[in-house]
Amino acid sequence: MSHTEFYARDEMAGDERPPAAEQGIVAWLRKNLFASIPDTILTVVGLIIIAMVLPSVIGWAFINAQWTGTDRSYCATVAQGGIQPEGWSGACWAFVGAKFQQFMFGQYPIDQRWRVMLTGIMFVALLVPMLIPTAPRKLLNAILLFGVFPVVAFVLLVGGVFGLQYVETARWGGLMVTLVLSVVGIAVSLPLGILLALGRRSKLPVIKLFSVIFIETIRGVPLVTVLFMASVMFPLFLPAGMTFDKFLRALVGVALFASAYMAEVVRGGLQAIPKGQYEGAASLGLSYWQTTGLVVLPQALKLVIPGIVNTFIGLFKDTSLVTIIGMFDLLGIVRQNFSDTNWASPQTPISGLVFAGFIFWLFCFGMSRYSIYMEHRLDTGHKR
Amino acid sequence: MKNTIKAILGATILGLAASAASVASADTLSDVKAKGFLQCGVNTGLAGFAAPDDKGEWKGFDVDFCRAVAAAIFGDPTKVKFTPTNAKERFTALQSGEIDLLARNTTWTLNRDTALGFNFVGVNYFDGQGFMINAKKLPGVTSALQLSGASVCVQSGTTTELNLADYFKANNLEYNPVVFEKLEEANAAYDSGRCDAYTTDQSGLYAIRLTLASPDDHIVLPEIISKEPLAPAVRQGDDKWFDVVKWTFNALVLSEELGITQANVDEMKNSKNPDIQRVLGTEAGTKLGTDLGLENDWVVNIIKGVGNYGEIFDRNIGAGSPLKIARGLNALWTKGGLQYAMPIR
Repeated sequence: MSHTEFYARDEMAGDERPPAAEQGIVAWLRKNLFASIPDTILTVVGLIIIAMVLPSVIGWAFINAQWTGTDRSYCATVAQGGIQPEGWSGACWAFVGAKFQQFMFGQYPIDQRWRVMLTGIMFVALLVPMLIPTAPRKLLNAILLFGVFPVVAFVLLVGGVFGLQYVETARWGGLMVTLVLSVVGIAVSLPLGILLALGRRSKLPVIKLFSVIFIETIRGVPLVTVLFMASVMFPLFLPAGMTFDKFLRALVGVALFASAYMAEVVRGGLQAIPKGQYEGAASLGLSYWQTTGLVVLPQALKLVIPGIVNTFIGLFKDTSLVTIIGMFDLLGIVRQNFSDTNWASPQTPISGLVFAGFIFWLFCFGMSRYSIYMEHRLDTGHKR
Repeated sequence: MKNTIKAILGATILGLAASAASVASADTLSDVKAKGFLQCGVNTGLAGFAAPDDKGEWKGFDVDFCRAVAAAIFGDPTKVKFTPTNAKERFTALQSGEIDLLARNTTWTLNRDTALGFNFVGVNYFDGQGFMINAKKLPGVTSALQLSGASVCVQSGTTTELNLADYFKANNLEYNPVVFEKLEEANAAYDSGRCDAYTTDQSGLYAIRLTLASPDDHIVLPEIISKEPLAPAVRQGDDKWFDVVKWTFNALVLSEELGITQANVDEMKNSKNPDIQRVLGTEAGTKLGTDLGLENDWVVNIIKGVGNYGEIFDRNIGAGSPLKIARGLNALWTKGGLQYAMPIR
């Protein structure tokens, strides 16, 4: 009797290693940078450009840069009345260092700046858990952020009560103004924009007319004009002795302006919702506000996240326009300080502008990354 | 219905007109004393004239004039709040009463004196539009009349541009204007050699020279193609306030004429010179200060606070500053300049 042995494999064979040419850095390079002749040419050209530009940028921004100093002589060559050798070219970070506090707070009284810092810390402490979806107690957080915080921030920044020194807004400046303008603009424009968008699609003629007139009037006028009207024309129409704070006027102008744009972005989202959704909601017996709040808006807003964040980023950068009405946001105060003869040198303006650009980029990039994260998180129904 | 709307509109317009009039006739000196500080309009940033220092405090030639007025009224040069104003806003700010005094390198013209309703207190800086060239690039050019065919960097939207056109037309010369919106752009273009010459007010040319790669190669040509008498201004129709500001300016210049400085003002109070006694209010029974609505030692306060005209000039834009602008037309009349103070007596 023969004895037959069977061999049954009870586990999968391990994967073979891919061929050497298909893995590691070499494969990645071949796949991404040298896949075809045009790719190769582009890669080489790109590398050459980087090789030409990068050393001088790094040299200017880091190696040759002047990091410390007390006046222009540290950032000027001997021929320009300074201490640097002939032909020197480097960033004047000493200027940014000396003016840093001003770039952040403007001319806010030095011994009162802790109030701005405290407001900023509170804002971050409330905003960050709000933005993290898994953080608990969203309702409490929202009440604190949108109900309590604005009041506390107003009292802290303006003062005049509870023994806090009154600081008129004319002394505000720098990043602080940029952030206050854009945060208030964002916080007001989103709800107001949603209301305007709903109003524009409303069947009630008065509400519809009002929304259309508001949106089209504000969108038809440049922001510069709105600010200019608020700052120059408005005071002439008021009775003598009656003045509204210039900062407040600009704040209202910016917020209304952003609302009109936001309304159109949201309207785009509303129009993308199929009629079936409305009919489905109606057949369930939902009222207008229930339909809007539970069915339409959640879908519409999700669709237009890129547009909303785009408007936010635009608003953040548009705040620089307040310079033309004599208020100084981050960019405005950087440019204002170019006129300080104590720091006037060939390198001062470019260093200041690079610094301002970097700060703007930080904030805009942060907003843009968060929006992408939110899009992925909410992308439940449309995965392709 | 239509009539109601008309009536409301009419009432509003009347109200506005009335309120405008009430601003103009207000007693600014009492208002300033009551609120406890002077609201002064300055430039949003002009090298040497008004610029923030490292701590964010305003410094400059125009800023010091504001401080002098504050010192005259309150005996304290720090009792002043500054409103940075740009070229377009400055007049509305003064007309609407937002500021009490405009010290913002503003040229004194008939139109501004009449149609805009201002009073100019006196020329605190005689400026004029000039040219700067790179002497290495254009050797042998010593006069603007040799600039035929040159390209000229200029900032747009100012009278500078118009003066430039007038000058070249009047002298039958060809030129190519290279116009920039922003000052820094114009500076960078000139520094990189895109234009042969740069034109703006002479005080500005000195400030721009500080930011050039090789300042010693550049010279300011002697021609002045426009008169720019820069003067502080107040609203028309309030003579008392106009007097206070005007005589503050005269006191600054007169103190320089008499050799009264920040350092020696206390010593000078014992002077036997009747001129000095009158100015410093030490003359027996003097009423010069109180007639202005101020204390009799108002000039002492001014000089203690900011120094005399020469000291202010030197500290902000003259030899003691990075700008190193020569006194030129702004020297005292006794030294070949045009600064001439009316007598305080």
